[in-house]
Amino acid sequence: MSAAQPTGTTLPASLAANPRLDRWIKFMPDETARIATGKVEMGQGIVTAIAQIAAEELNLPLERVAILSGDTDEGPDEVYTTSSLSVANSGAAVRTVCAEARMLLTERAALRLNCNPAEISVEDGRFLQNGEAVDLTYWTVASEIDWSREATGKAAVKAVPDYSIVGQSVPRRDLPAKLSGAPVYVHDLNPADGLGDLLHARTLRQPGRVAELVSLDEAAISKAARGTIQFVRERNFVAFLSPDEAVAEAAGAAAVQHAVWNGARDIHPDQAEAVSLKALPSIERRIGAAPNEVAAGRLVEATFTRPYVAHASLAPSCALARFEDGHLTVWSHGQGMHPLRKNLADVLGLPLDVISARHMDGPGCYGHNGADDAALDAALIAVRMPGHTIRLQWRREEEFGYEPVGPAMLVQLAVRLDENNRPRDWTTEIWSPTHVQRPGSGSGYLLASEAISEPLAPPVVQDPPEARGGGGTRNAVPLYDVPSHRILHHLIEEAPVRTSALRTLGALPNVFAIEGLIDQIAISAGEDPVDYRLSILSDERACRVIEAAAEASGWSERGPGGHGRGLGLGFARYKNMAAYAAIAVALTVDEEVRLDHIWIACDAGLVVNPDGVRNQLEGGALQGASWTLKEQVRMQGQGVTTLDWESYPILKFSEVPEVETVLIDAPDEPSLGVGECSVGPTAAAIGNAVAHALGVRLYDMPLSRDRIIAALLAED
Amino acid sequence: MTQTYTLVINGEARQVQATADTPLIYILRNQLGLKGTRYGCGLEQCGCCTILIDGEPAYACTRAVDSAEGREIRTVEGLSGVGSDAGSVDHPLQQAFLAEQAGQCGYCLSGVLMSAKALLDQNPSPSRAEIVTALDGHLCRCGSHTRIIRAVERAAAALSQEQTS
Repeated sequence: MSAAQPTGTTLPASLAANPRLDRWIKFMPDETARIATGKVEMGQGIVTAIAQIAAEELNLPLERVAILSGDTDEGPDEVYTTSSLSVANSGAAVRTVCAEARMLLTERAALRLNCNPAEISVEDGRFLQNGEAVDLTYWTVASEIDWSREATGKAAVKAVPDYSIVGQSVPRRDLPAKLSGAPVYVHDLNPADGLGDLLHARTLRQPGRVAELVSLDEAAISKAARGTIQFVRERNFVAFLSPDEAVAEAAGAAAVQHAVWNGARDIHPDQAEAVSLKALPSIERRIGAAPNEVAAGRLVEATFTRPYVAHASLAPSCALARFEDGHLTVWSHGQGMHPLRKNLADVLGLPLDVISARHMDGPGCYGHNGADDAALDAALIAVRMPGHTIRLQWRREEEFGYEPVGPAMLVQLAVRLDENNRPRDWTTEIWSPTHVQRPGSGSGYLLASEAISEPLAPPVVQDPPEARGGGGTRNAVPLYDVPSHRILHHLIEEAPVRTSALRTLGALPNVFAIEGLIDQIAISAGEDPVDYRLSILSDERACRVIEAAAEASGWSERGPGGHGRGLGLGFARYKNMAAYAAIAVALTVDEEVRLDHIWIACDAGLVVNPDGVRNQLEGGALQGASWTLKEQVRMQGQGVTTLDWESYPILKFSEVPEVETVLIDAPDEPSLGVGECSVGPTAAAIGNAVAHALGVRLYDMPLSRDRIIAALLAED
Repeated sequence: MTQTYTLVINGEARQVQATADTPLIYILRNQLGLKGTRYGCGLEQCGCCTILIDGEPAYACTRAVDSAEGREIRTVEGLSGVGSDAGSVDHPLQQAFLAEQAGQCGYCLSGVLMSAKALLDQNPSPSRAEIVTALDGHLCRCGSHTRIIRAVERAAAALSQEQTS
């Protein structure tokens, strides 16, 4: 083993917030080490990556590491699973904890053997003294250690060259059960799990936060449900319960037709368009350079837009809740169980310690969707019906209609060029509703909490701070060498529907815009877009991914374009501080865009699980392509009107191109999360490839058939 | 009115109580405990709930129980053979999906597997285009499409090898 690296005494942030070792690690009677993490599995493979990190530091085979994820009773509070930070944050904490555990166990074994710890090694959890087996294991020694002690961060962690598990493409540990049809999702929790008979529940949603329910025709709902319905009602919150799920579902569907509301939203369809944002009241900020009063150099301007888009999780949100002997247990697929417990306690007026929130897998959520809201729905019913297990599921229409959507954005760029056509001064002006209305932040509420009380104070309008990557301003600063840059941020005070975090927040529209304009400047200057980028980019890691994507895509053979076939490239470093990704896209355009090939190049620092990283990058690219080409949430009257997969189509199997991924090897750099880095560059690459194919640029997403035809007609 | 129906599921006769138009998905999941058939939309639009009825893909979310009586119903739990085993990943399709790590959240996979099985049962060596056509009624939101297509190709190859050896 080569020289180990001391971690020093600065604890990783997650560990500093949860310093007790027993919040993270427990040696189990079945001779496994159970690692607890506050980050949860959403299909991104985090549970597998965390297990790899733990097994590596503990010198254990992967089979001896069990993971407990998202459990308020026993696990650490790591807030939400967001922002591609889980490997960086939870991974760092687990690495430090496991190194310390190994040190403590080794010291204890040495004490028992009355020898120097340096004589001790460990294989498969069994201690060896000078290479000879002894009758001590992690598990026999663990019981002699007080794990309630706080981490010190003083144990040496393994050196990267000694890694044998981290850096390997370990299969996802959650996938076999998912492929076998096992009951792995929260939707699948069972009476056989000791929960007693379930009561299935559906709800009636309040069409706007101040809408008042004037009347509800319970008889008509019962008739439509064709079964006995139990109604639970508090003010504007109504739930329909039945032991028969089909009956509850039918009641939920019928209720929409049999409810009369006062003060419901009344949305004009134009409000679904990004251009409508400019007319709305906003909070103004300037970040960066002072306004440029010297009008020197050629001015290039362009405006790019992205409409409201949906998380569009494949299953509707679901939660179970049971209230018994004064204790509330909630099972949820939300992104953070500790914040959920706190939010539930606040709404229900219960102390924290009588609530347990347990994560179970759900459909991929890609941000803040309806999962937390469903948990409150279930809890509200459960506390009114002690001793019953409530299984609350949203209807498909409810999921599309009431999930917090990804905000529309309008991004206006104004760039002054020097005499060599290089940017000298850059303004990114952004109009966007907030990207975070997570409950508990003061800027958002759990949905039903607005229905059960007097109208609550309007949520505080705020966006994530730039230090955490920003919201609407995420990736608004180009990574290119620009002498002066400013962001003018118009944070819209109120959008027609609730908006919140969706994969990449503002990065997708901002990267689409910045990379689109860079492409446009290069072309108008008669330069190759890749060469142009490299000429204004000092960051070597950035240059490497761009070169790698260009090479993989055969960029040098690109040609002038304009004949319906295009090759485009997009680049960004996510949040300007995380993983680097460059994407090249080849496509064909007649009246619609057909994607032919996507090449991804990524530098994510030390990669824990290469295949897991590829899977995330591919998924991000295809989801980004779907948003770019196909998706728009539409609204009218009481709310969202794109309530099914026909009115809200996403990328289909027949529309998916070949995808290839190049990982840049950078094991000496810290691990950077990859869940979001490929999304924005893919949107940009598609935009640029369409411009290459048509000789006309489209500035408004989605790059739909109608927009392509309109652009071509305008050109003629 | 609740009636008794005898359903043949994964080769086994099961008696269930339901009204005639109860969608099969609720019977499978809530009466028989076969949770592998996933609910996605209830609208025949996403494919999550796909099962096989007499070997053909069908939407369990809308298929009424009375129309399935006497027919051969197969769910993901019965992919490998007779009986329902929610722990098994023995079928060549499941093995191929594991080999390709084809899936992220996995919610679409039960339905995808059933459509893929129907395809391979009828066409043991499908082209890529035929695979895409067979799966085009299935939505995947995580972007695992290319891995899923590769996994079906891999399973087809494994099955044809099984046949010839």
